[in-house]
Amino acid sequence: MIGIIDYQAGNLKSVKNALNKLEIPFKTITKQNDFFGVKKVIFPGVGAFGYAIETLKEKKLFFPIKNWIQKEKPFLGICLGFQLLFEESEESPGIRGLGIIKSKCFKFNKGKSPIIGWNKVTFNDENLKEFNRNFFYFIHGYYAPVTTNNCIATTNNIIEYCCAVKHKKALGIQFHPEKSGEIGLKFLKKWSEKC
Amino acid sequence: MLTTRIIACLDTNKGKTVKGIGFKNLKEMGNPLKMASEYYKQGADEIVILDIGATVEKRKTAVKMVSTLSENIFIPICVGGGIKNTKDIRILLENGADKVSICTAALFNPDLITEAAKNFGSQCIVVSIDAKKINGQWFAMYNGGQKNSEKNAIEWAKQVENAGAGEILLNSLDTDGKNTGYDIELINRVSETVNIPVIASSGAGKPEHLLEAIKAGADAVLIASMLHSGKYTINQIKNYLKKKGVTVRC
Repeated sequence: MIGIIDYQAGNLKSVKNALNKLEIPFKTITKQNDFFGVKKVIFPGVGAFGYAIETLKEKKLFFPIKNWIQKEKPFLGICLGFQLLFEESEESPGIRGLGIIKSKCFKFNKGKSPIIGWNKVTFNDENLKEFNRNFFYFIHGYYAPVTTNNCIATTNNIIEYCCAVKHKKALGIQFHPEKSGEIGLKFLKKWSEKC
Repeated sequence: MLTTRIIACLDTNKGKTVKGIGFKNLKEMGNPLKMASEYYKQGADEIVILDIGATVEKRKTAVKMVSTLSENIFIPICVGGGIKNTKDIRILLENGADKVSICTAALFNPDLITEAAKNFGSQCIVVSIDAKKINGQWFAMYNGGQKNSEKNAIEWAKQVENAGAGEILLNSLDTDGKNTGYDIELINRVSETVNIPVIASSGAGKPEHLLEAIKAGADAVLIASMLHSGKYTINQIKNYLKKKGVTVRC
């Protein structure tokens, strides 16, 4: 059973629609007890870094998520869910993220912002090699630099930047597989079955 | 490099796709779900649904349609048409829309842009500008392009960016439905004024028009009757653009 974190900040329908299409059963996690019976967790984040951290703490989900990851249980953070794995972000100075990835996120200061659209991803991970050089959908105003610790995928728009990280069983991705057409669905299926 | 998005747009009224010229004389074009699914299969990068019906009753139809669409196509969906407040926005986002497009409501209450961006994230908020050239100046129109707000459209674009919009959807009353090309000068002026993405809309009749708009600074191009007529497929359009050196997803 997959658990989708719902901290009332964004639209979960897209991820749910994708899992339904793939016929992958899931439940939503709104409190600590909901982790019971869950084998893998998806964290689709939307919104601002600081606000998300504060809301997670308010709903007493911050430490259960951190524990889940530290206990090496399968975890997929999408978009803001990827950035929250970091120690901090320029978006919300002074607020500490989950701290799983010992790096920081920065604001784009070249070109248009937010970045909205499709881009090719280069994966450097054996398990995800089949997705190499495919297009995925991005929508974000802050980014992880190419020097990020545990970086396993990059993309390029004016600058090259990190768009996926891996730490043990935790995978964070900047792009939205649930909005990346058929290749995105394939990615979610692969993660749900093999990661 | 980030690809230039090719966005398929469907204007809908009472659950049917329609198309007009200069926002008037609407003709029925078919079933929106079927058409959107077809464009998804052809490789559309995003779908925009503009619901022309403005009554509460017709809004329920639109919500149901978006919900069904989001269960079957897995690319971003933007929904617009008569959105008045954050409640309208919330209902659409909760029912499968990834972004919403607001026009008239934003013109009369720019604070709505800021409030919506704060509540839902600026990436969800597209502000649609319906521009019309009058005596050498572009003005922002409203109520389906029928009335003049007297606001300079270029200045309004800057205001929209400052208020927190994520993107601008730039329409032209002068070129809409004519298939003779986008308003290139308008696209150019807005693109150099703002730093948020600009989606060029209104007037595309052939792939060459899209190339012109992209060269003028558009980050994305929106097409409607070019597709609805069956004259072009998205594959053909993308292949043309790729040959001309544009980075596209194909």
